[in-house]
Amino acid sequence: MSATEYHSAAVCPGCIAGEGVARRAADDASLGARDIQLSLPTIHCAACISTVERGLMQRAGVEDVRVNLTRKRATVRVAAGVETADIVRAVSSLGYEAQPLDAATLSAGESDRAARDLAMRLGVAGFSMMNVMLLSVAVWSGASDATRDLFHWISAAIALPTIAFSAQPFFRSALSALKVARLNMDVPISLAILLAGAMSLYETISHGEHAYFDAALSLTFFLLAGRYLDQKMRSTARSAAAELAAMEVPVALRLSGDGAETVSVRDVAVDDLLMVQPGARVPVDGVITEGNSELDRAFLTGETDPVAVGPGADLKAGEVNLTGALIMRATAVGGDTLLHNLAELISNAEAAKSRYNTLADRAARIYAPAVHLLALIGFIVWMYVTGGDVRHALNIAVALLIITCPCALGLAVPAVSTVASGRLFRLGLLVKHPSALERLAEVDEVIFDKTGTLTRGTPVCTNMADLPDSALSVAVALAEASGHPRSRAIVEAARGRDLPRVRVTDIVEVPGFGVEGTLNGAQIRLGRAQWVGAEGAGSGTVLRLADGALHDFRFEDALRPGAVGLIAALKARGLPVTLLSGDAEAPVRSLADDLGIETWHAGVLPDGKADLLRQRAEAGKRVLMVGDGLNDTAALALAHVSIAPASALEATRVAADLVLMGADLSKIADGLRIAGSARRRILENFGVAAVYNMIAVPVAFLGFATPLAAAIAMSSSSIIVSLNALRTR
Amino acid sequence: MEVLSLLIPISIGLGAIGLAAFFWTMKSQQYDDPEGDAARILRDDYDDHPAD
Repeated sequence: MSATEYHSAAVCPGCIAGEGVARRAADDASLGARDIQLSLPTIHCAACISTVERGLMQRAGVEDVRVNLTRKRATVRVAAGVETADIVRAVSSLGYEAQPLDAATLSAGESDRAARDLAMRLGVAGFSMMNVMLLSVAVWSGASDATRDLFHWISAAIALPTIAFSAQPFFRSALSALKVARLNMDVPISLAILLAGAMSLYETISHGEHAYFDAALSLTFFLLAGRYLDQKMRSTARSAAAELAAMEVPVALRLSGDGAETVSVRDVAVDDLLMVQPGARVPVDGVITEGNSELDRAFLTGETDPVAVGPGADLKAGEVNLTGALIMRATAVGGDTLLHNLAELISNAEAAKSRYNTLADRAARIYAPAVHLLALIGFIVWMYVTGGDVRHALNIAVALLIITCPCALGLAVPAVSTVASGRLFRLGLLVKHPSALERLAEVDEVIFDKTGTLTRGTPVCTNMADLPDSALSVAVALAEASGHPRSRAIVEAARGRDLPRVRVTDIVEVPGFGVEGTLNGAQIRLGRAQWVGAEGAGSGTVLRLADGALHDFRFEDALRPGAVGLIAALKARGLPVTLLSGDAEAPVRSLADDLGIETWHAGVLPDGKADLLRQRAEAGKRVLMVGDGLNDTAALALAHVSIAPASALEATRVAADLVLMGADLSKIADGLRIAGSARRRILENFGVAAVYNMIAVPVAFLGFATPLAAAIAMSSSSIIVSLNALRTR
Repeated sequence: MEVLSLLIPISIGLGAIGLAAFFWTMKSQQYDDPEGDAARILRDDYDDHPAD
């Protein structure tokens, strides 16, 4: 540790930032330096950037710090020998939350590069479009003869290389579609751009009057803009999803001859002995060889109550060890674990989802053949009318292709999706799947998981008010020594009450049973009913005082914020709501009653959940599934569209189409509303494009289309479509 | 009309300068953190210590 002083303030230390300016160590190339990626979810202002960058720069071993406010991340370049944990601690001492990110998981460079590539082509197209448009304006306003020819030649010199460079993404996509004998939107686009370029060049050579270089370029520009928006939106979602995944660095604590070593889960072999610390997740499937503890199986089964385990008990990857350290022998690793089997299920369902026809696909399927047919008819009709004037007929056909080219159509969907995804992102809903937004708009039934989804998955004590202060203060003294969720719930609930302090000594946590200690020479216990000595009290938690008096603590799973509002909002929209849980009947019924959900199923196994989803799909229902557990994973993948909270395991988040980043469930109702609005805007945009074509096509067909008319029509429809997209809310 | 031979190269040259500037901003990754850049300009570090 260096002797630097840190500013430790509560809310935003940056806002009251201290003095001292960091000098950047310019020496980047020092040996063994490496980059650490940190997630900083709480930074939000200029002063935050300064504080983090300056604070870290003052540390020994830190060579460079760069905060990215857009992604709420920092890249820290440190010298060899500096531990990631030290840097994380340094950031938290500055007053910010920091999470190390797994650089390997994070390398989403591919999509970034694609976006940058598109931006480059877009920039070039924009430059050429503006220059050629300037020259075209001169031609339109009356330049003639040699001047016009000169301007056409200059336009050609700018436009043709630009088309060759900027329109490549369309050519490539069209080519790959044609190879498998299919038509996509890029085929008419490529054809229009290429034909417009070729015909304009021919007209220029033969001193013709009309050249469409500006049209070919603005076509390229507007369509690239749509493509860029689309790419940018996806890479934002992907990088946020990758960041969630990168927070879970999968490691295991392996016991070898001379102690424990931290290894990657990938390197664990069958029969390895692994240590699972309290609070840690079980890394692979296995059997307990030593130790007693309690397991939180909610992710696998949906059960709220912890399960007591001892030597010989089976462990499944993904379970959380609550109280005592366990030593386990790995029995299944990698592809054999239950977790991995689930992943297989998901990839099957993914294939089904990629077959979903988006509105844009459906439009393209009608549009592309229609455009080609129209141009062909135009060509044939004018060949007949003019008695075989190929040049004139071809002019008409190209004008038709250019004017019908789906400029507005190419922007119609990406512009709306970008606006809608942006709004959802700000609400804390991450759209992971490209067609998720459209599928969300079609939902006509909602199914919820219980534990961890509608509830927080952590218990709260419900009968605090009934307990005397004397008992409560003893319970708190014992509970403070334990990390068990119920102990924490007791401490949490007692915080508001002014309790007398008691001195309990010799506090010992007995894993799997409870906590015991000594008060005034007598033994007291807080824990499982049987262990404490209460008869027939089931799975409840009981406190036994020195005089033998027993006090019951009752717990309930707390509702997530916004759950009540969400269910009410869904009902108001007329969507049937079903609760589907692996938990026992009593807690499921009480939750359903609290929220006013009429249909509920308790004790449902993972396969049962998947079956129910399959049935609903066969019945023609479009189900929105919201769940967080591994037991929901198959159901999430099978649902028409699915949402998982960010607290879910990576395997579950992968299966979901959307991820809810915050805790507030009511955002889902907003999400449904925005998705519906987005769908309406897309359809309106298609309407605009249709009306525009209904006017423009006859004009072009009759041979009245000039390059000027084409330019005006194209840009006005593109602008109308973009403005309409902004109305998505 | 002779003035065209001067004006056209100038206008295209100006455009090309703009394009080159765009290439430079792309290459030096100036579009990676738009929010951060918007915030950074409001920091007062530089006002306090313009020499750094």
